[in-house]
Amino acid sequence: MNAIAMMLLGLGAMLLGYLFYSKFIAEKIYRLDPNFKTPAHEFEDGVDFVPTNKYVLWGHHFTSVAGAAPIIGPAIAVIWGWVPAFLWVVFGTIFFAGVHDAGAIWASNRNKAKSIGALTGDVVGKRARNLFMIVIFLVLLMVNAVFATAISGLLIKFPSSVVPVWGAIFVALIIGQVIFRKWMSLGMVSILGVIALYALIVAGPSMPLSLPEMTLGISDNAGWILILFGYAAIASMLPVWMLLQPRDYINGLQLFIGLILLYLAVLIAAPDISAPAINHNTPEGTPSMLPLLFVTIACGAISGFHGLVASGTTSKQLDKETDARFVGYFGAIGEGSLSLATIIAATAGFATLADWESVYTSFGQGGVAAFVTGGANILHDGVGLGEEISQTLLTVMAVLFAGTTMDTGLRLQRYIFQEWGSIYNIKWMQKGVAATLLAVASCLILAFGAGGADGSGGLLIWPLFGTTNQLLAGLTLMVITVMLVRLGRPMYFTLLPLIFLLIMTVIALLIQLKGFYLKADWFLFTLDLIVLIAAVWIALEATASLSKLRKAKQQPTD
Amino acid sequence: MKLKEIKHWLGRVNAYATEVYNAPYRSAIARAKRDQDDLFMLLVFSELMGVPNPAAFYTLELQPLMLEQFHQWHQRMGMEHSPLDHFRCC
Repeated sequence: MNAIAMMLLGLGAMLLGYLFYSKFIAEKIYRLDPNFKTPAHEFEDGVDFVPTNKYVLWGHHFTSVAGAAPIIGPAIAVIWGWVPAFLWVVFGTIFFAGVHDAGAIWASNRNKAKSIGALTGDVVGKRARNLFMIVIFLVLLMVNAVFATAISGLLIKFPSSVVPVWGAIFVALIIGQVIFRKWMSLGMVSILGVIALYALIVAGPSMPLSLPEMTLGISDNAGWILILFGYAAIASMLPVWMLLQPRDYINGLQLFIGLILLYLAVLIAAPDISAPAINHNTPEGTPSMLPLLFVTIACGAISGFHGLVASGTTSKQLDKETDARFVGYFGAIGEGSLSLATIIAATAGFATLADWESVYTSFGQGGVAAFVTGGANILHDGVGLGEEISQTLLTVMAVLFAGTTMDTGLRLQRYIFQEWGSIYNIKWMQKGVAATLLAVASCLILAFGAGGADGSGGLLIWPLFGTTNQLLAGLTLMVITVMLVRLGRPMYFTLLPLIFLLIMTVIALLIQLKGFYLKADWFLFTLDLIVLIAAVWIALEATASLSKLRKAKQQPTD
Repeated sequence: MKLKEIKHWLGRVNAYATEVYNAPYRSAIARAKRDQDDLFMLLVFSELMGVPNPAAFYTLELQPLMLEQFHQWHQRMGMEHSPLDHFRCC
């Protein structure tokens, strides 16, 4: 099959989903009301609550939720063939992610723009709220460890990207100063910034850099991981206008340019898909597709992380309630299209089946590197960019994404530690530096504890990260469902995804648990067990609160 | 006429870009600014709270200018009226 067909089918289906299904959900289930006074207007303070143009808000929401995860997940999951990954991404986006994201905005919007965590406490109960904190912490912990491992792998495999990746940070630092001191208008800065970034990318292949294989007994992989966490720790403590703000901005621009370039190249090159539709010849050690597919691809099909963004910042800036449909549902579609591009790159970017199989030699192999290699082939054929330059371009895109998520993640983890410090009255833990160091240490323990001293095992926890992320989505869906039941509206459009997710995650956790037990990997075994307990707990909480509501409804109030 | 249209269009692009740039970090920056302002206020009112301030002669002049901000500050801190006996703002 040709990749153009896959692209048109996928994008077409998602578009139809937006036009029809999201309209149905918005009007009949959530009943979005254009006259509802949103928290952004009710509590407008110019700080947190600011009514924002829906296109601007969509851009902000989309770039906050799009990270490296919608690239890594599908790039790993195509090992089962392209059809399963394709179907899950497309239908997941239409029936799961869009409903979940728009629902999270709606739920928060109807409750004074409270975060989903706080809402869980109000709507479901205190216990569920504590559970929520634990799940969030686990997600952040895993995301940092996994991304550090993925980035270091990329930097080693594509040495030409080292200079542009770190150069991009200097570009961002300069942009930050230029804007802060009002030397230039933003339009001008954006153009110059993008030119500088792409100049670095073009120059990258002529100055490849790599760490020595062993320094002071540390392998190059472990070295990069340490450097990355050092960078992320510093970045998360700098004032935001210096680095985070300009870098996010330039990253967003790059995301749109990269996506457009990739899809354009697919249209021009029209590559054939070399990977099998369903891979019957999976390498030894590949886990079974059913349940693992549904946790390997989390972001891109449904992701709990979106609920945090939707209820944390997006809902406070919603101008009209009806904007939730565009911002939430179309945001999910943006992410789905990124995943779709990844699937195309990782399946149609290789000339022959043998080429493809030589990349996907075992489960967890391939991954982002396959996306970069395959995508670079398509870019080279389609828009005529040099192969090495294309590789550098895609590597920079993936690394910058992962980097952004890493320092945001560390920042959030620091807040959690500081909060624990004030809850349990531990003075030193409330300090920014100490809390950051604690956050970094916990991530490093995971990155190295999971896979030995060279830090190569971080990606082992990818499915576990997916599972935790799905649990978070499950919690959000639970809150939405309970709210819908209370309002006496149909609950199946959120309840069915919730049940599906819980069943898949629990089975996936059990399978992985057995795997870790057989390998006697007690570290990951314990981690898996904690997540499993959380999953069962969520299922119990959901059943309890729903049956309580049902009973209350059956007893006539007199 | 044409040039005017282009200029108008560029201006709109600029306005959008500025909004996109600022929206995500508005709250974080406003919070940081507020923290700095609070520190400044502490310096200005330090003598009233019994903290010796060698620049008191100059900060005294600033007090009337800070009146509005001081009022917002004590309300934000959960005190309905001014906590300082000599400095009543409401």
